[in-house]
Amino acid sequence: MTKEIHRPRPEKDRLRRTMMFMNAQKPALIRDAYIYGSDSIILDLEDAVAENQKDAARFSLYHALQEIDYGDTEVIVRINGLDTPHWQEDIRVCVAAGADGIRIAKCENAEMVRIVDQAVEKAEIEFGVEVGRTLLMAALESPLGIMNAYEIVTASPRMFGCAISGGDFRKSMHVQIEDGGIEMLAARGQMLLAARAAGVQCFDTMYPNVDDMEGFKKEVIQNHKMGFDGKSLINPRQIEFVHETFAPTEKEIAYAEKLVLSCQAQADAGIGVYTVDGKMVDIPFFEDAKRIIKLAKACGVYHGEL
Amino acid sequence: MINAVGRNIPDELLVHGKEVYQGKNYMDGKQVRKASPVTVRHEKPQESKLCETIREACEKCGAHDGMTFSFHTEFRDGDYVAAMVCKVLVEEMGLKDLHVAATSLGTAQDIFADYMEQGIIVEAQTSGVRGRIGETISNGKLQNPVIIRSHGGRPRAVEAGEVHIDIAFLAAATSDCCGNAKGQGGKNNCGSMGFANHDAKYADHTVIITDTLVPFPNLPSSISCIDVDAVVVVDEIGDPKKIATKEARLTQDPRELMMAKNVANVIAATPYFKDGFSFQTGVGGPSLAVNRFLEEHMEKAGIKMSFALGGTSSAICALQDKGYVDYILDTQDFDEGAAKHLFSNPHHIEIDLSEYANAGNKGAYVNKLDYVVLSALEIDTKFNVNVITGSDGILRGAPGGHPDTAAGSKCCIIVTPLIRGRMATVCKDVVTVTTPGDCVDVLVTDYGIAVNPLRQDIIDCLDSAGIKHVSIESLQEKAYDLVGEPEALQFEDNVVAIVEARDGTILDVVRQIKPYSFD
Repeated sequence: MTKEIHRPRPEKDRLRRTMMFMNAQKPALIRDAYIYGSDSIILDLEDAVAENQKDAARFSLYHALQEIDYGDTEVIVRINGLDTPHWQEDIRVCVAAGADGIRIAKCENAEMVRIVDQAVEKAEIEFGVEVGRTLLMAALESPLGIMNAYEIVTASPRMFGCAISGGDFRKSMHVQIEDGGIEMLAARGQMLLAARAAGVQCFDTMYPNVDDMEGFKKEVIQNHKMGFDGKSLINPRQIEFVHETFAPTEKEIAYAEKLVLSCQAQADAGIGVYTVDGKMVDIPFFEDAKRIIKLAKACGVYHGEL
Repeated sequence: MINAVGRNIPDELLVHGKEVYQGKNYMDGKQVRKASPVTVRHEKPQESKLCETIREACEKCGAHDGMTFSFHTEFRDGDYVAAMVCKVLVEEMGLKDLHVAATSLGTAQDIFADYMEQGIIVEAQTSGVRGRIGETISNGKLQNPVIIRSHGGRPRAVEAGEVHIDIAFLAAATSDCCGNAKGQGGKNNCGSMGFANHDAKYADHTVIITDTLVPFPNLPSSISCIDVDAVVVVDEIGDPKKIATKEARLTQDPRELMMAKNVANVIAATPYFKDGFSFQTGVGGPSLAVNRFLEEHMEKAGIKMSFALGGTSSAICALQDKGYVDYILDTQDFDEGAAKHLFSNPHHIEIDLSEYANAGNKGAYVNKLDYVVLSALEIDTKFNVNVITGSDGILRGAPGGHPDTAAGSKCCIIVTPLIRGRMATVCKDVVTVTTPGDCVDVLVTDYGIAVNPLRQDIIDCLDSAGIKHVSIESLQEKAYDLVGEPEALQFEDNVVAIVEARDGTILDVVRQIKPYSFD
């Protein structure tokens, strides 16, 4: 059985400020999950779906991906854990339907990534899908997963990033969600270091209390300051604030623009280190400025000429 | 004859100077002589106009076969009075060939459907049709086609003499013994009596029906005693539970919130959004939520509204209390809070339907309206809107002030989900045109925004504000992709309803629906 895949080839390094979870079992929910403008949606075959409904959810998922034009919204599928009887079939459905990527739940080591990678490749061959097309990301849900973050995110060329999953993680650490996030500070920090070291993206956990917008906003601001690329969400109402927070400010854009332009001029003149607005700058500043301009463009807030 | 919205209007309807719809503002500047009612002189001192029964009041006012009687629907689904009166006319007095001039016909008037089927009510004109009456009319049970007029079209027709009301039966929350009446202070309150007071001025006879008689003079009043012939006190004029709802909670549905936010963003991107702008919206989920997002934009811009118009909810009253709205000009109150607010705030003012929306007077308030946010049952790729017939072709809706505010406002925004269940809301051709596309400027759906190509100025505004928009055709295609293209409805030839444009021309007709068969 070979089905034509309509979606464009997934990009590892795309904008993923918001990744919104949707229950794959509910056709009405996933039919138009993209209209709210999140960068990615995560169709869930795991916790949101009851044990005896896994099969129904796979059918619903397959038909959604085949029939619905999700436009430029990325479609990721969270598959069931490798300790369940479901994950192989989940992978076949994802690949056959043309999902952009697979989120590996409860990932604890590089071996788990390699097992999934091989199953994905097998499915790609089975369904005539370009080998390597389907991306992977890892959900780190335990202290062991966090400790092994670097080996996990470097275990497959398909890996575009990792996310911490707060619910399970807090339980295994015997902590509760705290104002200010001190209970996960070390884990978030360690995961961020691993992801940056490997050159992949890094995402924070979802905020469970949908009605507490103030608490949510505080967490998003902290995520942004810590260096996350984005966040898992569970309600469309949460999207806009994340996008606002993760977009570069006008001031940042203006400074980055100035840096990029001046650097080109300085480089032409053979100068390495110089000052802009009284601050010393060199090559890493230039790279970061280029990143900000790129992000501003992706967020739709850059209207300059670079 | 084909009219300006492409609808074929049967020639036999084009008599007595009736024309087909020619486009917006076709009648502008035309002179009209107003029809005046017959009144009766009361020179002698008078103690009271109280009558013991509705029948006594009817007899006093000369109720007769073939007469036109009117009533208002400020008490909405909770109204007892229209049904009570009609029962007296038909069952106690044995009258026949009755003509009904209503502001709406709904479940509270279900009994009218029986009288229509029995051939006792032979004609009706209304601004809305719902419930059993709609099915009865759509099945061709009424002798003559119903005339659907907007809230502004109704007083226009009355003033032009096209509708002559013999007796207006007007429910009121309170009245004194001489007929000074209003929508407040009684057992059952509706707030604004904007649907009622114009009838009192133009009917030959006016009967006030209340359940709360108060000492004379009941002032200030919505209806003046000089226009009233009789006052009847009954046990209950309505069911308070169905009159005014509790304040509608702000929707938490992310889809509705997203649409509301996009409506507010469109408003804030257009040049009329400046200090002193004016605004009207309804009470549907996304419409009501627009108030909240508009507040954020007003706060940011440091501006306020000069007036909010039309049907009033607690949400807009709250905006006034916060200082964002100078005047509320109120034709009806959607909830208890709004009804109370009307009488406790000097800048919250009752207006009648002619003042609100009549295209036949020297300038109704809709002509000063900057923005109106409206819903739709269907909207087609020509931006024509249907708010009267359901997807089955049956009458089940109300134009209300929709066509008037769309025409009068500088920017008319329709907000609706792209699909409802299995039905495409954005379609190739609406079943019935109730608001012509030349009056509709912007469509906001959950799948995107479309601007009427007639409004290049608004397109430019959205482009420079970075608000994405697409063609209405692409939204229609998307809708058909999702739920399929509906098969055309099957109608008989005979016309069951005439949809009159607000200027009195004929916009569309509704034909009798064919019984469904599998052949």
